Amino acid sequence: MKTLVIAEHDNGALKPETSKTINAAIQMGFPVDVLVAGENIANMSETISSIEGVASVLVANNAAYAHQLAESMTDLVMSLTDSYSHIVASATTTGKNFMPRVAALLDVAQISEIIDVIDADTFKRPIYAGNAIATVKSLDAKKVITVRASSFDLQGEQAAVSINTLDTVSDSQLSTFVSVEQTESERPELTAAEVVISGGRGMQNGENFALLNGIADKLGAAIGASRAAVDAGFVPNDMQVGQTGKIVAPNLYIAVGISGAIQHLAGMKDSKVIVAINKDPDAPIFQVADYGLVADLFDVLPQLENAL
Amino acid sequence: MKVLVPIKRVIDYNVKARVKSDNSDVDLTNVKMAMNPFCEIAIEEAIRLKEAGTATEVVAVTIGAKTSQEQLRTALALGADKAIHIETDEKLESLHIAKLLAKIVEQEAPELVILGKQSIDSDNNQTGQMLAALTNRGQGTFASKVVVADGKVNVTREVDGGLQTVALSLPAIITTDLRLNEPRYASLPNIMKAKRKPLDVIAADSLGVDLTPRIQLVSVEEPAKRSGGIIVEDVAQLVEKLKTEAKVI
Repeated sequence: MKTLVIAEHDNGALKPETSKTINAAIQMGFPVDVLVAGENIANMSETISSIEGVASVLVANNAAYAHQLAESMTDLVMSLTDSYSHIVASATTTGKNFMPRVAALLDVAQISEIIDVIDADTFKRPIYAGNAIATVKSLDAKKVITVRASSFDLQGEQAAVSINTLDTVSDSQLSTFVSVEQTESERPELTAAEVVISGGRGMQNGENFALLNGIADKLGAAIGASRAAVDAGFVPNDMQVGQTGKIVAPNLYIAVGISGAIQHLAGMKDSKVIVAINKDPDAPIFQVADYGLVADLFDVLPQLENAL
Repeated sequence: MKVLVPIKRVIDYNVKARVKSDNSDVDLTNVKMAMNPFCEIAIEEAIRLKEAGTATEVVAVTIGAKTSQEQLRTALALGADKAIHIETDEKLESLHIAKLLAKIVEQEAPELVILGKQSIDSDNNQTGQMLAALTNRGQGTFASKVVVADGKVNVTREVDGGLQTVALSLPAIITTDLRLNEPRYASLPNIMKAKRKPLDVIAADSLGVDLTPRIQLVSVEEPAKRSGGIIVEDVAQLVEKLKTEAKVI
């Protein structure tokens, strides 16, 4: 019994989700090998080999994996599954894309977005937008599991272990990469930030999101948004925090002009400290906030920026 | 081009799910049900492809109890041409659903299958990808833009950190994200018309798919509650509390 973790990276930097997913994988109780697939990933494989608890690193360094397309990633992972009882990846848009494909080809169920490991077969995962937590037991011989990284801790370091290069290359013709449009930002990523400040429908328009910039600069925060703000066209969807967007658990979450719909709470309620700023004293967000400020955000935001 | 749109009947997205007192599952007794929001987006996209002259026929399919025919009628009222109901009272998993859908794909031979990226009850985000694997088709998941041209479909995907566009050879599988489109409402005349559109019923166990459970639901609990905090007077007090009490800034 061995576990294979597929590393999360963006062809340049290893994402913290990898270490947190390794943390979850180790709790399943078996030796953990880590597969990293991409292009120009030599540095990354060394970083991974020094993550505490990793038994060995498998490297598939090839242009075919440059964009980690689901079809090619699936073929690659399938070529390795014979040796593993557990196949684990983070529930990022990359992991969510190829893992169910792997599960279907193995003819096993996938357990999605686990938040706790009970034993090698049993896991906890949120359902109904986090309004319920299900404990589920996999009855399949092989487990395919995605991990909600924000629910697990980062691993420490260890002396580097062996790195093995894989020669098999699968370049599926079912899909081809066309282009990528990166969101340009100097700020930390939402899922990795220590502080997140999010705006909701109360921001009234996209321009007003600039009011969050100064505060985010001072706190080193990422800027997020509620689904209502995304649906209203204020900001792009990759800023969305919630059940249908990103799940975050920073040390400090500041919700500005967000009422606190179920679907938003599902994405941020595991934050350590929650601050809510809303002019409606009955907004449900105040029920989860550690500190609430009932006030007009357009008065408060400039004051907050000055006070920091 | 024929487009197949699998849809799911789920708890209405405005309703808060409650856990049963015996912790066996979520209580859906007398709860308002509706079409899964991501499935509505899938239906809308298929209808737009038909309105643009790209698609010739839109077929909606669902798997579930007899009550899920309500959602098929909604799909027909929105503009689907025909509906297929795979009837079962069993609680099925994504893998079972994908296998049953693969049978329908075989039967109907659609060039495009458009599904919601996830359902808001089980939150699995699996079925589209599994169907793509089982039918050996390319997949464009979490789509925010779909362009069909020259025997290919270009899908712009909402990925962490931006947008990625992939080209898939047809036939292909697409799953929808929120910003793909804004679904329309069904008009009353179309709701009436939908009652006369064809709706075929197939028994799930007649399709030769092994529906044995692969996952055991051990228990379902309420999530840990956050205790409400305090209301501060002003910004100065807020900053002071964050510095000295919460120690997070």
